[in-house]
Amino acid sequence: MQEAFAKAAQRWPRDGQPPNPGAWLTITARNHAIDCLRRDRTLAEKTRLLDVPEAVEDEKDEMDAPSFRDERLELIFTCCHPSLAPEAQVALTLRALGGLTTEEIARAFLVSDETMKRRLSRAKRKIRDAGIPFRVPAEHVLPERLAAVLAVVYLIYNEGYAGRFDLASEALRLGTALAELMPDEPEVHGLMALMLLDDARRDARFADGELVLLSDQDRSRWDEAKLARGRGALDRAFALHGRGVYVVQAAIASLHTEEPRDWAQIAGLYGELFHLTGSAIVELNRAIAVAEVEGAGQGLVLVDAIDLDGYQYFHSTRADLLRRLGRANEARTEYARALELARTEPERQFLERRLEEVRT
Amino acid sequence: MKYLLQIYPDASRDAFERLSADERQAIVEEYAAIGQLPEVIGGEQLQPIETATTVRVRDGRMLLTDGPFVDAKEHLGGYGVVEVNDLDAALEIAARIPAARMGGAVEVRPLVER
Repeated sequence: MQEAFAKAAQRWPRDGQPPNPGAWLTITARNHAIDCLRRDRTLAEKTRLLDVPEAVEDEKDEMDAPSFRDERLELIFTCCHPSLAPEAQVALTLRALGGLTTEEIARAFLVSDETMKRRLSRAKRKIRDAGIPFRVPAEHVLPERLAAVLAVVYLIYNEGYAGRFDLASEALRLGTALAELMPDEPEVHGLMALMLLDDARRDARFADGELVLLSDQDRSRWDEAKLARGRGALDRAFALHGRGVYVVQAAIASLHTEEPRDWAQIAGLYGELFHLTGSAIVELNRAIAVAEVEGAGQGLVLVDAIDLDGYQYFHSTRADLLRRLGRANEARTEYARALELARTEPERQFLERRLEEVRT
Repeated sequence: MKYLLQIYPDASRDAFERLSADERQAIVEEYAAIGQLPEVIGGEQLQPIETATTVRVRDGRMLLTDGPFVDAKEHLGGYGVVEVNDLDAALEIAARIPAARMGGAVEVRPLVER
């Protein structure tokens, strides 16, 4: 769970996604693969549901809607069962619900086909041998099981932004299906909102391969339709009295798309998120928001109370606040440290530029 | 399906030691109650690890060592065997075992059924 917040919280207002490597693979909706699922309820049959054929004949487009939907929900809860390793959950979900081939998933996660094949086989064997049920979990465990499913979808979405493969679209597709299948779960709409609001700004994130900060982004390149859908999903979540981690993150994301930004509310929401997660990275982002409201000095006080030494964005944040306070030497040290830790070219270039600016 | 629940109490025994006599008795009764569940078809508490002897046979000779098989911090404190429909049911029983919430853990593994 912490990992997901690390990735999510760091994105606001820092936009550091490398450009997509190009649409070398078009993901077509492979839901017709799921059409071929057996309706038989024995466990042996159920585990074969995960043996989605590699080459699927588009035999029929119409599906028996109600039972089709049942199977998809049961399938995703099975794939995301907590007794499976997280990477297995992700791989299974992409295979069984996304209909991706083993090779596509392997490429997305930078492992060999063999490794991914083994990962999937091992997971399927565990489902069968350990008796993982093919079922929507019982009421009393549903909240944590749903959290596991949402975490998998969100992980897939974030992997999409690692630029290795366009998994972000896959995650959006999965999220949409979940929203259809569980329309009364606010966190499901919260996650959908979060992904849509982020995805809407994808095109504006880079200009000539260079990273563009949120405040400098060309808003005309934002996808208004996606923003609207995102806000709609957020409204639905609020209407269902949602106040969980995804709803709060989506609320923050929504506020970030407004001009001028309500930093006080953003800071408040990060505070709420911190209560829910205890994540130091969330606290870091809260400090950034507080700096906007109460000044860089107050922001720095909060940042200095956080122990995130070795975390790139901790150093770049400190650097930025020190720069704003006119403490150029200290700012340079922190920018240099952040530069050491930077992992992508756009981020490196951004930090190098900042370092230059502070030198002068 | 049948599952073996291997109970590993917290090695430090901190949580247990901090309990009053009454609370400890309550824990004992909790274990007894779990043992009475219809799904639980077997189970025992083991005597402390100091009472263990490990047996190996090599080249026809019996080799004995004082102590457990694995020299770990945590050792098996007891076990339960349950017969349930699926893993979730077994996990639910495992989660009720006091050791699981008192710093220890319960390993749940299906039996080979012949």
